[in-house]
Amino acid sequence: MTNTHVMIIVVAAIFTNNILLSNFLGMCSFLACSKQLDTAVGLGSAVTFVMTATTILNYAIYHWLLVPLKSEHLAFIVFIAVIAAFVQFVEMFVERFSPKLYHALGIFLPLITVNCAILGASLFMVNRSYTFIQSAGFGLGAGLGWALAIVLIAGLRQKMVYSNVPRPFAGVAITMVVTGIMAMAFMGFAGMVSIQ
Amino acid sequence: MTLIIPVIILAALFTVLGGVLVIAERFLVNYGECTVDINESERVLKVEGGQTLLSALYESKIFIPSACGGKGSCGHCKITVLSGGGPVLPTETPYLTRQEVRSSVRLACQVKIREDVKTKIPEELLNVKLFSASVKSTRDVTHDIKEIRFALHDPATITQRPGQYVQIEAPSPEGPVFRAYSISSPFYEDDSVELNVRFVPGGIGSTYLHGLNVGDPVRFTGPYGEFRLSEEEDAEIICVGGGCGMAPMKNIIFSIYERWPDRSCWLFFGCRTTADVFYLDEYNELARKHPNFHVVYALSNPQDSPDPWNGETGFIHLSVDKHLEPDRKRQAFLCGPPPMIEAVTDVLTQKGLADEDIFYDKF
Repeated sequence: MTNTHVMIIVVAAIFTNNILLSNFLGMCSFLACSKQLDTAVGLGSAVTFVMTATTILNYAIYHWLLVPLKSEHLAFIVFIAVIAAFVQFVEMFVERFSPKLYHALGIFLPLITVNCAILGASLFMVNRSYTFIQSAGFGLGAGLGWALAIVLIAGLRQKMVYSNVPRPFAGVAITMVVTGIMAMAFMGFAGMVSIQ
Repeated sequence: MTLIIPVIILAALFTVLGGVLVIAERFLVNYGECTVDINESERVLKVEGGQTLLSALYESKIFIPSACGGKGSCGHCKITVLSGGGPVLPTETPYLTRQEVRSSVRLACQVKIREDVKTKIPEELLNVKLFSASVKSTRDVTHDIKEIRFALHDPATITQRPGQYVQIEAPSPEGPVFRAYSISSPFYEDDSVELNVRFVPGGIGSTYLHGLNVGDPVRFTGPYGEFRLSEEEDAEIICVGGGCGMAPMKNIIFSIYERWPDRSCWLFFGCRTTADVFYLDEYNELARKHPNFHVVYALSNPQDSPDPWNGETGFIHLSVDKHLEPDRKRQAFLCGPPPMIEAVTDVLTQKGLADEDIFYDKF
């Protein structure tokens, strides 16, 4: 993994290995916050920001603190704590500078803490033994990929309001079906670049 | 050693994270002192930034009505914020009409003071006072409704329009909350305030009020409310209540007959069974003195009544429909559960009442 170029990792994390569409991580807020395009853009950018920053922070803590002290088994609890603290910080920041976005995101801003895609990105980074630069690129790419997916589905859902969805499928069910189709469409990117 | 290192790592890490957050909070959540300008500099308040407009005004003894205690779930604390309120928040939009949004009406409990704010507050709300009082008497009028009378101490008298309400301060585990109750005593008894309180299991306000004993101190703000009794004597007054929606009606009716002994007035009151009937004797007595006063009580579940009943039965809007002739100059006051209000409003509209002559309290 050490010789993959960072740009390839960014592109791959967005398209071929989209954290949402290929790993199906972070589905909760994906389904709940994708009714409105502007909320989706807001949440997507918040997740991108948090994911990039926490991947970098977690890389530093993992490789420069936990590995030298031979305490890699603490990775889960440490990663979660770092993510939680960082989300608190983002929450204060967003409330100060964009109260409208703060209230639009509502409970989902603090819920980014337990968004599994964020923890997933940090764990993938360890599993795939990325370098520092690669980790930063992966965090950014995975975040952008997640944001792309939620923005796309929000756009589709806004149009879907006007379509005649069979009643048993209305709401979350049709969204999951559409997500599945979208994941298949993204498989068209497979083979372009690949990270594992 | 294998145990100590993880503990030290975690403790150190959490301390650092906590420290960073505390520092961030100091810089990000600090707005300094801001001013709140009311009605074009009629009053200018200096307040601590970061709190909500509702609590800032409350501290300066301006009591905006609010039933939920600032949680944004009652929609009562509407005031006009001309500048400094920021964008309308998604938590407010369910309570604001499009017209209100255009004329910059906001919920005071959702507007956080981040900069200098200019507001417009109706003169009437600036006159709302905080009363300290004590319980003068309590009486069970039905199995779950209590009549509670407060003697006012400071200020010693209240000036109210019939149908207005007060907000009782009730203690709760999360600090004091306010609950709205209509005043049931007429305007001429200005040294006291009487309420009809139905006990709601688990309800903060009613549990508190039902637990009060004679002599206990209470605090409330008021009077609030849009009910505005027509001063024209030839306008007939229609009062329709259901469940425990009696207090404003009692106030209106006794106030009317103090001022206009011959004015025409109807009271329709819907209950489930005879166990829920109250004040009927008082009204029959009043009707004997004032022949233009008509009382109709109707039971919706007469078969479950503990006592015999030979009055009307059925839902109350049917009685309203039966007794009122169409197209007369009227004013109507409704108080009760939302389905009742809707049904009665439909009937009254058919009888030729305009929307602006129908006042209601939903609960």
